[in-house]
Amino acid sequence: MSLEDLYRQVILDHYRSPRNQGHIDGCDAHGEGQNPLCGDEISLDLAINDDTITGVAITGQGCSISQASASMMSEAIKGKTLGEVTDLIHRFRRMMDVEQGDDGLDPARPGSVLGDLEALQGVRKFPVRIKCASLPWTTLEQALETR
Amino acid sequence: MKTDLSHLRADFPILSRLIHDRPLVFLDSAASSQKPVQVLDAMDDLYRSRYGNVYRGAYTLSEESTMAYESARSTVARFIGTSPNQVAFTRGATSALNSVAYGWGLNHLGQGDTIVLTLMEHHANVVPWQMVARYTGARLAYTPFTADYRMDLDAFEGLVDGARVVAITGMSNVLGTIPPVAEMAAMASASGALVVVDAAQLVPHVPVDVDRIGADFLAFSGHKMLGPTGIGVLWGRMERFEEMEPYEGGGEMISDVQLESSTWASIPHRFEAGTPPFVEAVGLAAAMDYLDSIGMQTVAAHDQELTTLALERLAEIPGLTIYGPGNATDRGGVISFTMEGIHPHDIATILDGEGIAIRAGHHCARPLARTIGAPATARVSFYVYNVPADVDALVAGLHKARKLFDVT
Repeated sequence: MSLEDLYRQVILDHYRSPRNQGHIDGCDAHGEGQNPLCGDEISLDLAINDDTITGVAITGQGCSISQASASMMSEAIKGKTLGEVTDLIHRFRRMMDVEQGDDGLDPARPGSVLGDLEALQGVRKFPVRIKCASLPWTTLEQALETR
Repeated sequence: MKTDLSHLRADFPILSRLIHDRPLVFLDSAASSQKPVQVLDAMDDLYRSRYGNVYRGAYTLSEESTMAYESARSTVARFIGTSPNQVAFTRGATSALNSVAYGWGLNHLGQGDTIVLTLMEHHANVVPWQMVARYTGARLAYTPFTADYRMDLDAFEGLVDGARVVAITGMSNVLGTIPPVAEMAAMASASGALVVVDAAQLVPHVPVDVDRIGADFLAFSGHKMLGPTGIGVLWGRMERFEEMEPYEGGGEMISDVQLESSTWASIPHRFEAGTPPFVEAVGLAAAMDYLDSIGMQTVAAHDQELTTLALERLAEIPGLTIYGPGNATDRGGVISFTMEGIHPHDIATILDGEGIAIRAGHHCARPLARTIGAPATARVSFYVYNVPADVDALVAGLHKARKLFDVT
């Protein structure tokens, strides 16, 4: 497994120029996550109208994998319904190999339906970094559960 | 390098391993060191031919294991310049520090008493004191450090006045700083405080004579000094050991057990409840014999030469910031740094791809990480088996990381 597979250009691009940075005043859901092992931190604000995520704002600090994953996630969930987002969370987990399922996804490329996010598939060959990539997603789940 | 220890590398089987098809470059001894065959063989031999529970059996194997355990205690005592009855074996430095915090602190501290720590402490010398402070109503005070990462002795002098406990590191596991512990111990003792030294990084790397340090208790681990995991040492001044209650009760730490109460075995056995890690103690003694055969002065000089070299070479890398004293004086072989544009975890992953093992994170010292304003740093640390070529590999790996991340 080469480092170039882990550090794809699209990941480095999101790390250097993270999308949807900031806060949402009076947000409808909020989550905070940290990875105490390495100090990665994510703070997530969501605006939700009816059943749709209409706004996403993120702040955080940490490694390229956690911050790029957060940035890509913010793009992926914007405009999606909560049902679609739940589905996305499961697919991301499947791609990270932390969840099994018989949803007909290509076992070699379970990330193929995830667009840009598929670039993170290389992370699963680096077990200690899976937590970094997953942090924004567990934060998202927590935000939705506690809203 | 004046000190060439490269011949020792053959004693460490793990150094011949390939990591991602590259020869291993091990730069994380401050977390845990690798083991020479001499240590592995000593433990293997005990398990294979002389193993029986210590003190309990009137049979040959038990007697042989008991003798090996007590002989290990004597080796440890010699290594730090004390007598065997002042050496209590523990599970590691963490359990040694907890046994002082609980065994002494719970019985002598009260409302409003002050425990002085430093901002350089590892969590092992912070959290137990926080817990004891919560039980007793004592308060914590932290000694700051100066802009050049040395202990702020003026501030310390003010803080120790009236303090009941002073618990300080012998060497920072993040900054590499070696504070003047003897001077600090003298200042603290003058005000009547109990002086506890976390020597987990100090004893493996620098010659230590406990009498010269002048502390009341000193703790260290075996696994950071070529020995096995699961073994540590609590050294104590005898009158302080007498003031301390056992932190754990159980077998072998009693002289008599009645239905309602018990009396304790002699010191140090009263602080060693249950079957002790005696095979690990024998491994630690083998590690100390190994270090003695090199000579601790030589070990320290070797660390210092590698540190000087690494500090010079790392300074050549643009955007690299070192957190710690700028030269190797009173400084151990631990260098923490950050690089602009590349997070420490990414540095560690990229270096691992080159076969280079370093640590990234807060190094179990979050108060320190907050103080220096770097929630995570990359850390390299040296020991007897490291060679200048390891520093070359590190520098080349860091250049590769900059290229991969396109940092200019």
